[in-house]
Amino acid sequence: MTDSPILGAANITKRLGGKTILDNVSLRLDKGDLKVLIGPSGGGKSTLLQCLNLLILPEKGQISLEGRDIHPRNKRELSSFRQQVGMIFQDFNLFDHLSAFENVRIALIKVKKLSRRAASERAEQELARVGLSDKGGLYPAQLSGGQKQRVAVARALAMDPKVMLLDEPTSALDPELIGEVLAVIKDLSLAGMTMLMATHQVGFSAQLADEFMFMDQGRIVEQGSPKELLVPGTRTQAFCSKITELAGEVPG
Amino acid sequence: MNLDPEFLRELFSALNKGLFVSLQLIIPSALLGIAIGIVVGIVRVYGPKPLRTVADGYVALFRGTPLVAQLFMWYYGLPNLGIMLSASAAAIVGFGMCSGAYHSEYIRGGLLSIKRGQLTAAQALGFSPVATIATIILPQAIRRALPGCGNEIIYLIKYSSLAHLVTCLDLTGEAYGMAARTYEFTAVFLVTGAYYLILVSLATILLARVEQSLSLPGFERKRGPQ
Amino acid sequence: MPTALTACIDALPSLLMGAVSTVGMLLLAMALGFVLGVPLSVAQVYGPRPLRWLAGTYVWFFRGVPILVQLYLFYFGLFALLGLNLSEFVSAAAVLGLTSSAYQSQIFRGSIQGLHAGQLKAARALGMTDRQAIASIILPQALRLSIPGWSNEYSILLKDTAVAFVIGVTEIMARTRFAASRTYEHFALYILAGVLYFVLTAVGVRLLRRLEKRVRIPGYAQQGSLV
Repeated sequence: MTDSPILGAANITKRLGGKTILDNVSLRLDKGDLKVLIGPSGGGKSTLLQCLNLLILPEKGQISLEGRDIHPRNKRELSSFRQQVGMIFQDFNLFDHLSAFENVRIALIKVKKLSRRAASERAEQELARVGLSDKGGLYPAQLSGGQKQRVAVARALAMDPKVMLLDEPTSALDPELIGEVLAVIKDLSLAGMTMLMATHQVGFSAQLADEFMFMDQGRIVEQGSPKELLVPGTRTQAFCSKITELAGEVPG
Repeated sequence: MNLDPEFLRELFSALNKGLFVSLQLIIPSALLGIAIGIVVGIVRVYGPKPLRTVADGYVALFRGTPLVAQLFMWYYGLPNLGIMLSASAAAIVGFGMCSGAYHSEYIRGGLLSIKRGQLTAAQALGFSPVATIATIILPQAIRRALPGCGNEIIYLIKYSSLAHLVTCLDLTGEAYGMAARTYEFTAVFLVTGAYYLILVSLATILLARVEQSLSLPGFERKRGPQ
Repeated sequence: MPTALTACIDALPSLLMGAVSTVGMLLLAMALGFVLGVPLSVAQVYGPRPLRWLAGTYVWFFRGVPILVQLYLFYFGLFALLGLNLSEFVSAAAVLGLTSSAYQSQIFRGSIQGLHAGQLKAARALGMTDRQAIASIILPQALRLSIPGWSNEYSILLKDTAVAFVIGVTEIMARTRFAASRTYEHFALYILAGVLYFVLTAVGVRLLRRLEKRVRIPGYAQQGSLV
């Protein structure tokens, strides 16, 4: 713990309509980490992820990238920060008026200011990486949920992010489409990408994650390796077994 | 701009007179328009084929041509057929017929939004077709049509200014006379504009009240994109 | 009705000339309404409070005051007061355009607000500034969704141009009135004018429907964004 983390959050507090959504949350992501946020809906996981990307501005607290504090009022700094932090949304949020290929390419042109040619080449590569080279010309409405989410991953990867935040990337998917997205995430993790993911896929996470963080009522209430937490008596264990029971998933 | 009190007093007295005339045109033509709209709306949904075609044609004609042209037709055109209307009669008929075409669109939409089950249920209880429409379908359809019809009444208030073009001394007519006499076009028409803004705003509030008082719990169609 | 028929035939060339003027006014006004309406709608949705208020007041004024009163106000009053020496044609097009911008801004605003909030979020997450996101993500979608409303605005505006004769624009109505006053065939001539407007509406609406089809995104409308 000597180096500064890739992404750090210190004492993040967010209130909305008199309710405290995030209560003094701190966390760090080091190079190559895959950390997983679990916990009941409404516990603050999604808000935390959006605060980490400064899509939601917290009232209190500090976000840092590789040891540098980020000042969200500075537009240039904010833009460059967001480019380095990839975000995957639960409902994909592909740009509906652009083809899959254009979705991956647009920020390369508009934000990274690459030439059209360089941007196109890069977009091709990223689509290939998620196995969708042949779908580039299709529009979001013509893709399956799993394909949309893979395009979203390619779109984020094209920006060369230092860290990826994934907000329940599979929970809007039909069960038979979850596997293809998880496979992409697994590849990324094995390739050393630093990631923080909120998910209910506890079996998958238990295999790959370095750390579980159990969130409830705006706080991280339990934190540790899957091995440490998936033992009788923890809230994490209780929560996971309830989920797997419901989903029929076999943990581990 | 002339703001001398004598001028202002004259202006307001002229505009108030015009406002009174405007209201005498707006209110009857609004009622006429709604009545036409309901009848034509029903015919377009439930009427026999030939009648439906006639009703559809009427709506297309009156929505597809400018209201000024229609007014001129009523006022200057009908005498060619031996029918003379006074300026205010021409205006009321003109506004009412045009407005009725638009109202019928909203009524029709309202009628079409009522599920078939309502009709079937009424018939199962022994309601005649006419009674079904009058007591079951129409009360629901009108509530659905209300926002659109309200909008149409707002339009009618604004377009009532065209009565001036068939020589009515309505709000705009009085204003025009005043402006032509004094050459104070900016002042006169700014104040006239304010009159219409107030009229439109009052009508908006009133219509919202009506809509609210007629609203049924949970009946309003869920609106807005999701 | 042979005299009525000859009156119509005689007047037709003049009315067609008037139609050119009508369409010219209409296109200018639509264009001005678009150019002003887009920033107005963006200001109403994304602007800071004072700007939102300003845009809202503008829209309230132009939507609440009758077009006839606006024509008188601007042509005889404000334009001269501002030292503008505009022709009747340009004046009418300008006034119609200002009004239309208020209505068009409402159409665009509705479309922008109909978009999923995630679109803006995703654009920001990629590092786009709000300006970039509005220009390359929000507006391209919102404007496509606005075409049906736009086609409605086209037919309303076309009918509104018929008032422009009051300040001396020689469009369809002006020429119809002139022909009618000479021949006394009011009835027949106003029918002819009505037919002309009818045709212009139909042609415009058809062209806009073609535009809508051309810029359509596969599967986009089925998502329910148009509701």
